[in-house]
Amino acid sequence: MSEQKLTGAQIAIKALKDQGVDTIFGYPGGAVLPIYDALFQQNDIRHILVRHEQAAVHAAEGYARSTGKVGCVLVTSGPGATNAVTGLLDALCDSIPIVCLSGQVPTHLIGNDAFQEADTTGITRPVTKHNYLVKDVNDLARTMHEAFYVARTGRPGPVLVDLPKDVQFAEGVYVPPAEVKHKTYRPQTKPEIARVEEAVELMANAKRPIFYTGGGVVNSGTEAARLLTKLVQMTGFPITSTLMGLGAFPASEPQWLGMLGMHGTYEANLAMHGCDVMINIGARFDDRVTGKLSEFSPGSKKIHVDIDPSSINKNVAVDVPVVGDCAAVLEEMIRLWSARQQRNDPAALKDWWKQIDGWRARNCLNYNRSESVIKPQYALERLREALKGKDHYITTEVGQHQMWAAQFLPFDEPNRWMTSGGLGTMGYGLPAAIGAQIAHPDAVVVDVSGEASFLMNMQELGTAVQYRAPVKIFILNNKYMGMVRQWQELLHGSRYSESYSEALPDFVKLAESWNCVGLRATKVEEVDKVIEQMLAVTDRPCIVDIVVDQKENCYPMIPGGKAHNEILFGPEDSPSDATPEDGMVLV
Amino acid sequence: MEQNIEKHTIAVLVDNEPGVLARVIGLFSGRGYNIESLTVAEVDNAAHLSRITLVTSGTRMIVEQIKAQLDRLVPVHKVRDLTDEGPCVERELALIKVAGTGDKRIEALRLADIFHAKVVDATLTSFVFELTGTTSDVNDFVALMTQLGLVEATRTGVVAMAKGQTGF
Repeated sequence: MSEQKLTGAQIAIKALKDQGVDTIFGYPGGAVLPIYDALFQQNDIRHILVRHEQAAVHAAEGYARSTGKVGCVLVTSGPGATNAVTGLLDALCDSIPIVCLSGQVPTHLIGNDAFQEADTTGITRPVTKHNYLVKDVNDLARTMHEAFYVARTGRPGPVLVDLPKDVQFAEGVYVPPAEVKHKTYRPQTKPEIARVEEAVELMANAKRPIFYTGGGVVNSGTEAARLLTKLVQMTGFPITSTLMGLGAFPASEPQWLGMLGMHGTYEANLAMHGCDVMINIGARFDDRVTGKLSEFSPGSKKIHVDIDPSSINKNVAVDVPVVGDCAAVLEEMIRLWSARQQRNDPAALKDWWKQIDGWRARNCLNYNRSESVIKPQYALERLREALKGKDHYITTEVGQHQMWAAQFLPFDEPNRWMTSGGLGTMGYGLPAAIGAQIAHPDAVVVDVSGEASFLMNMQELGTAVQYRAPVKIFILNNKYMGMVRQWQELLHGSRYSESYSEALPDFVKLAESWNCVGLRATKVEEVDKVIEQMLAVTDRPCIVDIVVDQKENCYPMIPGGKAHNEILFGPEDSPSDATPEDGMVLV
Repeated sequence: MEQNIEKHTIAVLVDNEPGVLARVIGLFSGRGYNIESLTVAEVDNAAHLSRITLVTSGTRMIVEQIKAQLDRLVPVHKVRDLTDEGPCVERELALIKVAGTGDKRIEALRLADIFHAKVVDATLTSFVFELTGTTSDVNDFVALMTQLGLVEATRTGVVAMAKGQTGF
């Protein structure tokens, strides 16, 4: 059998195709021209031209997160690759599977400070799950397939493949994915049954149990979310989730306590603080969740299910570690739970729920309603009502609006909510919305945004317009970097250092200049109408400028360095002793 | 929680590929772990495998983290905690240059003999000793030579292997 020779660029494209890639987000440049030429000569892979490489990665993240597939990125050498760094780290922090191809100067120029040369594998080593520099065209196909395998297997993450230009031109042999087996990387996905038995034993004897779930359930897939819902319903336990895990369990179910953590609900945080058995599934005891570590859920036995052994016992010592994929572990848990005779004392569970209902009655998300000024929470409540029954996806930028979106928008399915959790990247939401919209052209995709975050990647409006992606940019405009302003108010004596959004554009005119629809609400009674108009736009992007209360703060809030039971509910709580000195240094 | 600082010798089998050492070192610097010593060389030419021996210290929780983080690196085949897994042999090689004449020179030579150090270079006014031993043997020898005209010392860092018949 004679093996047909292909150029490196053709091999790269063929590998993408064989990996099931239908969309790639990128930006051309000198060092990737051969690949762009190969893209031009085929019709299987659609290229989405972004306006900045950071946005290419965020768009691929939105695409990946909303489909469960690997997101794909193509950038050039030097600045193309360095611009992608923030996006790659964002994907690493939130465990999003991404394969990023970067051009590189020809192999004989590497190390010569050539034009648009960067030590891309060196720079991206700490921001990727793994990376490769391909120096021989005959290694290219294998490397590409390995990259996809590493990106989606175990705890997912971004993988970069650096491709020197001469390798893209050189001819070599293609190898299909089936012939490639990774030498070393075999993450454990099936749990040790003995561990799961221990976990179920603890669960069945709990008096005050709680499920604490995270992005790992979403990453594991829709089956994991289905199994989680089943197990939670079988047990009758309360459940809370991290920011990244929203949607894995339906928010409309009565057992849902809302998000936990720094801006989580009172009932979720107090239930975590007071529980006797905590069942962590696919979350990582992040500092936004735990607050003060030494006072984190002091009286509980902790079960931790994670596919990444390095997440276990990293921040919080746990009693029952279970290494495995969430879906595989949940399946075993359900099997063992169903087979059990002895389960929780119903009276104890009832008491626990009574206590939780008492905390719920505190109605912690309540805010001071106003007739004269639009409260950001009100705008989101109205958005929530308008989206009911519609096939929709939400992305966010980073800050107050993000936390309000997490508090006020309910998710009943996984993969509907895309936000920058671990890295907290302002500018994530718009490109992520574009990625989600490209994957789901007929769905409603809303980027809940702040005016400051929007400015960070607003050039991507051009991308949205070019591909007729009718994303909705829902700006809660308080003319401040709201979360910065909130911390300055609470922790820095209301000295609003550099957090005012000076010199903002007219967002309606800005939208119009891009041939988008621009809308504005300045009065409470305009909100519904503007949302209705926004949802009627289906052929182009729409920017909605909701002019909200500038002074509104996001509550509840557990200030840095405080425990879960030390919560600020609103402006009436004195911020003077909000944060102890050792908490001030925490971000 | 256990807060005692423990010293551990960890052996890591990795693919001998470009950047693998940078990944290991970047992991330690990026996460703020200690490296007391690190040695690396290819041990299987045909399979392109290198073995890294590193000595690190931290609380029990940190040491467990270090091992989990190392194991998570894609080109890593195996991670073994030789300190935890029972008795192991640990050795370092050092080259130590001592300059001097007269009594000090004779004393240096006598001590070298006691430590089973070899003379690998000699001039009328200097010796280079080669010493293999445990870290503390090398420390002791260097401390003595410091008083006898130590000019410079270079050490490989620890290489280690579990005792008994089972392999890595």
